[in-house]
Parts: sequence; C-alpha cells; structure tokens
Amino acid sequence: MSTQVDTDIALPPRSRFHIGDLSLRLVSGLAAVSVFVVLVLIAYKVIDQASAAISAFGLGFLTSTEWNAVTDQFGAADLIWGTVVTSAFALILAVPIAIAIGLFLSELAPRRLRAPVGALVELLAAIPSVVLGLWGILVMGPFLEQHVEPFLSDHFGFIPLFSGTPSNVGVLPACLVLTIMVVPIVASISRELFDSVPGDLKQGSMALGSTRWEMVRSVAIPQVSGGLVAAVILGLARALGEAIAVSQVIGNSLARPSSIFGSADTLASRIANQYQGAATPLQASSLAYLAVILLVFSLVANMSAQLIVRRIRRRMGV
Amino acid sequence: MSAESNPLTVVTKRSRRRKRVGVMMEVLATSAALLAVIVLAIVVVSVAKKGLPAINVDFFTKTPVPFGQTGGGIKNAIIGTLIMTGMATILAVPVGVLIAIFNTEFASPQVAETVRLSLNVLAGVPTIVIGIFIFGLLVVGNGQSAIAASVGLSIVMVPLIARATEEVLLLVPASLREGGMALGATRARTVITVILPTTVGGIVTATIVAVARAAGETAPLLFTSSIFANAVVTDPHQAMASIPLTIFVDSESPSLADQQTAWAAALVLMAGVLIMGIIGRALSLRTRRQIEKAR
Repeated sequence: MSTQVDTDIALPPRSRFHIGDLSLRLVSGLAAVSVFVVLVLIAYKVIDQASAAISAFGLGFLTSTEWNAVTDQFGAADLIWGTVVTSAFALILAVPIAIAIGLFLSELAPRRLRAPVGALVELLAAIPSVVLGLWGILVMGPFLEQHVEPFLSDHFGFIPLFSGTPSNVGVLPACLVLTIMVVPIVASISRELFDSVPGDLKQGSMALGSTRWEMVRSVAIPQVSGGLVAAVILGLARALGEAIAVSQVIGNSLARPSSIFGSADTLASRIANQYQGAATPLQASSLAYLAVILLVFSLVANMSAQLIVRRIRRRMGV
Repeated sequence: MSAESNPLTVVTKRSRRRKRVGVMMEVLATSAALLAVIVLAIVVVSVAKKGLPAINVDFFTKTPVPFGQTGGGIKNAIIGTLIMTGMATILAVPVGVLIAIFNTEFASPQVAETVRLSLNVLAGVPTIVIGIFIFGLLVVGNGQSAIAASVGLSIVMVPLIARATEEVLLLVPASLREGGMALGATRARTVITVILPTTVGGIVTATIVAVARAAGETAPLLFTSSIFANAVVTDPHQAMASIPLTIFVDSESPSLADQQTAWAAALVLMAGVLIMGIIGRALSLRTRRQIEKAR
C-alpha cells in the first residue's frame, strides 16, 4: 500500500477513499458490536430488576409454589412446571409431525408441489401469535370443551391426566397452540437437513433394494440426527418463550391443575399478565426473576443447538 | 412391476410387509403435510369469516367508542402500528445491513462466526423478556412511549434483517467484487457502488419479512405502549394504540362487541402480514434467480 509514489494530485482522492474504507469498517464494526452490547444490556437490565426478588428469595424461588401478592411471597415452581409441561407436550405432538413434513417436502412430494406446500407451511409460522391465541380462545377452546375433552375423559378418564372437567381454556389448548407454532420451525429445518443428505447415499440405499422408508430410516435420519436434535431444541426454545398466545388460552390460574383440561400458567404468560399491574415492588421484581429464568432457558437452548450445528459442520468439513 | 412377471423378484411375506410399512409411512408423511395446510386454512378461514362482518369504512376511519356503544373503529391502532413499525424499521434496517456488511466484507471467519452466534442468541431471546428489558431501560422514569416500543420491535427485527442480508451478500459472485477492486475502487466504494445495488432486492425482501414479523408482535408493546388514549396519537413520546394489543385485550373480553373488534383487527393484521410474507417470498425467489444469472 505505502510503497506507491504519492504525488500531490493522487493524494487527496486516495486518502479520501481510505477514510471511506476506514469509516465503513468502523461503522459496520460498531453495528456488529452493538449486538453483544444489547445482549449484555438485556441480561443486566433484567437481572437488575430482579435483584430485589433474588435477594429476598434466593434459589428457593425455583422450588417454592407460593404466589401471593398479599403476603408478598413468591415462587416459580408452578410456573416452571407449567412451562415444562406445555412445551414438552407440544414437542411430543409437533416433532413427529414436523419431521414427517420435512420428509414429505424433501423426499416424497411431486416436484411441482414442493414449493407451494413448503410456502404454506412457512406461512403458518407467519401468523402472529396474538391471532393464533384469539383463534385458540374463541374457536379451538370451545371446540375442545364440547367435543374433544368429553371424549377424552369418557374413554381415557382412568388416566388422571384426562379426568378433569372440560373447559375452553387450560393446558390442552395451550399445548395445541404451541404445537401449531413449533411445527413450521422444525419442519423447515428438517426439510433443509434431508435435502442436504447426499443423493448417492440415498440412491445407494435404494439400489440395494430398500424401500423409500427403509432408506429414510437407515440412511437419511442417521445422517442428519444431530441436526434434527438442534431443530427440536430450537422448537423447544420457541415454545418455552411464547407469552402472548399461551396467556390467552391457558386460563392463568395460580395453582397447578390436576388434569390437562385445567387452567395453569407458564413463566412467560405470568409475566405477560401481571407485570403491568404488579401490586408490590417485590411482585414486579419477582416477575423480572421469572424473566431471568426464561432468559437462562432460552440461552442454554439456543447455544446448545448452535454448538451441535457447529460440531456437525466441522465433522462434515465445511 | 407385477411380481409374477419378473422371475427375479421373489415375493415373500417379509417383502410384502416391508412394502406395506413403506407405503404406510409415506401416507403418514403426506397426511402430516396435509394436516399443516388444513390447520393454516382453518385459522385463515375462521379469522376471515368472523372478521369480515365488522369490516367497513368506519372500522378504518373512526376511533373506538366508549364501552357499551356500537360503531367506531380502530383508526388509532392502525396508525399506531404503522408509526411504531415504521420507526422500528428505520432503526433496524441500517443496523442489520451494516452487521451483514461487516460479516461478509471485514470480519475474519472466527469473528463473523461469533457475530452470527450472538445474532442467533438475540433472535432466540423471548420477546416478553425484550419487553421487560425495554421497560427497565426506557420506560422507567420516562413513561410509556411509541419510541420505547419501536426500540423493542427493532431488537426483534435486527437479527432477521442481518441474517437474511448476509445470505444474499454471500451470493454475490466474487468476480463482481474483484472487478470493483481491479478498477482501483476501495472496499467501501465496491460495497456501496457494486455490491449493495446488486443485493438491494434481497435487502428489501429481508426488510419485508422483518416488518411482517414486527407488525404482529405483541409482547414488546405490552409494557411499553399499552396505556393509550382512544384518540389518534402521532407524538412518538406518547404511548400509541396498536393492532396486536387491541386483539390481545379484546380477545379476553366477555363482550361480544369487543370480540368482534378483535376478529376484525386480526383479519386486518393477518391479511397484511400474509400478503407481506407472500411478496417477500416471491421477491426472494426473483433475487436469487437474478444473482444466479449474473454468475
């Protein structure tokens, strides 16, 4: 760079360009750094708001089921339970469906159908959660109450999970709404994964006489199993953090329900419902404590999904 | 394909079972895709059916009426959503595009990978937590405002814009970049005069997708712009009504008139978001095709 002869004529434009280079590097670098800054600020601000609750309840907060604004006693155990149960049920329903959709789009569908069906599945993810929640509380909830829950309690009532009084809000509608949200995420990732399996592996398996399903089961799925785990974790993160739609359909009860027909609450939905109208500063702080738990959940989930993806990439030598 | 005509194919009980399992699995996978499409159709159709009866000119041009009266509209919420989403876009697009430029033009592979990782982490932060963060950062001491809400929405948008823009920047053929350099242009000049113009379609697409997402977000507004007047507010220092919050509040109301408003608002929001989603998809296909042609 500096070996060139600088003449008086060439200098001004040249140095101006260098300033341009430097400033673009600087400004874009600042933008990139701002991502870290925002992440640190989020953690700091949320922990800061939670500090009163953290010093009042400590880690006992995680195991206490108390939530009482009158006595100013708060604990997150019931909410962690609600979050884990709704997310787990949603994943149990969503993962097989989503992987099947990924397989359909990647291996089975006629070429002409792939793009439109794929687009429709992605549009499902574009529906705002508040609209899904509205539909959940006014259409799906009443339908579940009148048709599905009576059927479940009549035929499977011997299982305590299905033994409650039917209701239009509760754990079941929350699980179903979360399922609808998780399916498109996991489906589009698994489609990409199945598309990435080398064609000669697939064809080799078929040439050895396996049926298409045997090829999928013994070649495609083992090839991408790590990626599928990452996809499921990302779906889980989505389900854990959903506040709006869940708070619309879960019934927002303070206590743990005895069956999946009963009302409950999750970490995110409790924040959505009570943060604005918190009766005491300690309650507001406890709700921020819930946000800290949520933040930790989502960080752990996202980081582990990305570490898995990174490990796979390295193994594949990309 | 009939087994009898081919002497090499031996039909055993086992092979018949394998074939049956295979067909069953293919039917299951197809019905899973069908199920997703049906659920989408059910949601779209029921929102349209329940929302349409309340959609009229007044719904877009009048503000809400006091509880118990009939008529009125959600003009304030529509304007609020437009303003807040617009401000969030103005904040998020430059930041997102700059991050993408940094990652593709300046950062070493390790640094770029770290930035990507943190973008993914940011995208994974629950939006309700972003709401609490903005409340603590901007609302405490200043009160609710459309500005605070917009900053919250822009945090949702930046990772989407940055990741999508980076993808199109990476599609730009190296020959274009080298051509710019060979003409003696600096990196900055190459980026601004060669690379950005070829990828402008992709950046627009990324923006549309991010706007569609932000327009439907409720959680970042819940604590930052939820106590608002029933009148049209254009001062960004005050809280504004929004379509998502209108749906959220009215969906839990026992009043049928409120529920009707929620359905109609949901129809407006969903129509906007889905149309933007479809436009975004169509545009991104076109951009990809164009860039591939340029190769």
